Amino acid sequence: MTAKRADKIATIILDVIAGVIVLILASLLGYILVRGLPEVSWHFLTSPSKAFSSGGGIGIQLFNSFYLLLLSMLISLPLAMGAGIYLAEYSKPSFATDFVRTAIEILSSLPSVVVGLFGFLVFVLQFQIGFSILSGALTLTVFNLPLLTRNIEDALRQVDFAQREAGLALGLSRWETVLRIVIPEALPGIISGVVLSAGRVFGEAAALIYTAGQSAPALNFADWNPASISSPLSPMRPAETLAVHIWKINSEGIQPDASAVSAGASAVLILAVLLFNFAARFLGNKLHKKITAG
Amino acid sequence: MQNQNDDIRAALLRKSRSSKLERRGKFISWLCIAIIVVVVFAIFGFVAYRGLSTFFGTKVTLWNFLSKTAWAPGTTDASGVPKVGALPMIVGSFGVTLLSALLATPFAIGAAIFMTEISPRWGGKILQPVIDLLVGIPSVVYGFIGLSVVVPLIRHVFGGTGFGILAGTFVLFVMILPTVTSMTVSALRAVPRNYRQASLALGATRWQTIYKVVLRAATPGILTGIVFGMARAFGEALAVQMVIGNAALLPQNLISPASTLTSVLTSGIGNTVMGSLENNALWSLALLLLLMSLAFNLITRWIGKRGAMK
Repeated sequence: MTAKRADKIATIILDVIAGVIVLILASLLGYILVRGLPEVSWHFLTSPSKAFSSGGGIGIQLFNSFYLLLLSMLISLPLAMGAGIYLAEYSKPSFATDFVRTAIEILSSLPSVVVGLFGFLVFVLQFQIGFSILSGALTLTVFNLPLLTRNIEDALRQVDFAQREAGLALGLSRWETVLRIVIPEALPGIISGVVLSAGRVFGEAAALIYTAGQSAPALNFADWNPASISSPLSPMRPAETLAVHIWKINSEGIQPDASAVSAGASAVLILAVLLFNFAARFLGNKLHKKITAG
Repeated sequence: MQNQNDDIRAALLRKSRSSKLERRGKFISWLCIAIIVVVVFAIFGFVAYRGLSTFFGTKVTLWNFLSKTAWAPGTTDASGVPKVGALPMIVGSFGVTLLSALLATPFAIGAAIFMTEISPRWGGKILQPVIDLLVGIPSVVYGFIGLSVVVPLIRHVFGGTGFGILAGTFVLFVMILPTVTSMTVSALRAVPRNYRQASLALGATRWQTIYKVVLRAATPGILTGIVFGMARAFGEALAVQMVIGNAALLPQNLISPASTLTSVLTSGIGNTVMGSLENNALWSLALLLLLMSLAFNLITRWIGKRGAMK
């Protein structure tokens, strides 16, 4: 076989591989949307799920997913921000810094089920919070922190060093320089990092089945007092999310329409994650244009 | 006079508002880092404490745990030793991990070469967004598709129940493909352009250049990507649990129901009583999972160091 013929054959094989991968994604998305979208209706999105009969919806699960996402972001964002600032602005190359980076890297590579078990052991049992939104949000924070910290650190490092020199030359302290100059400049990068990690958190289930629980008690949407246990805002109630719901009805569900419900729920989940992805790109670009006057 | 001097002295020595703010800010950000490090240590501490208690005060030895095949922690065998043989789960976990990595590697390398060497335009326009989207799909959705498409297909083609290592392999293949691909792409992009130019100038074809020069220069990066993919496959819980069949038996073949460390953990931990041997044995599995993820981490570091020295 001549070198030229080998080159041709290799090119064809590589084209085929690229085609197969595109085909895999297209059929995945196609399957979920074609099977799932017909199930999605206003009734499906708003009514509570049913454990034994068909016709259940995903209303409470959908609300739980968003509420859990909001709470875990409220906890993890300030922490990741502080950690990112320390790593990007204050840390000097040293053994301790290396150690911290290694720790963060290890945390980011831990299987999410291990993080979930840790949450179960510490938040649910040790702190006696029980299966609740709060336990789930704290666990998701552990799951989310390493990647978010790295995103924020990267975004801060992208900022030109001259900006910091300018701030310091004006007599600002380093902390003020970071707060007033570096963070606004890095904001587009930070926001797309946050939205991307929101997508990851939204679809996470393994870390939640033993922390936020696998049941979705009925909610009273007229009661907005966070201290009341049937209120949607109560952080102490068990809350099955959309992703956990899909897992639950597929592994131990006995609804006659389990596959239809999970197809519909999968379609909603995928659309939400896609939305997060596009929002990350769109918001990042838009903000960058606005801030840099470009 | 004395009094006035003292005032000036005090004013000069007093910390400015800025300087106080600076100290406070630095302390707050340091605190955030400290919290993360403490959490990492707490995870290892708690899981190790729970996981090791299987081996203290019971007749279970580490060797028993790793090599016996009977998993029924509530019962004991003829000599009174609890049946905590984790070998079926270990085989299951390594089986799906290695097979899916074996399947994903050629596809990932092929796609990465296509994106960097053959057609950067199509690669950037179509393949890159495809890879990004595949990363974003939640694992339960992969599990659901595996359950409703892959398992029936295997049942139809090979017979049996359809649940098993083969189904797990296919699901994990699609899940780790984007991870390995994007890391391979960055490894290939990092190969200096003049390597390619030198090879082409010597009269090599494009494929010869890719095969003999680019791929060899990028080997450490590609290996890192594969190990990363394997770590992800090893730790994946729900998608695998949904398609593997969940039978704690040593798998006879690729289509007999099996189980992995993660699948036994997700289905078992809620059904056992905290502190009992059944429960502790599950925590030992979690500890094993934790140590394996640490091992994958060390391997990527080691590859990185070896690759950097060249």
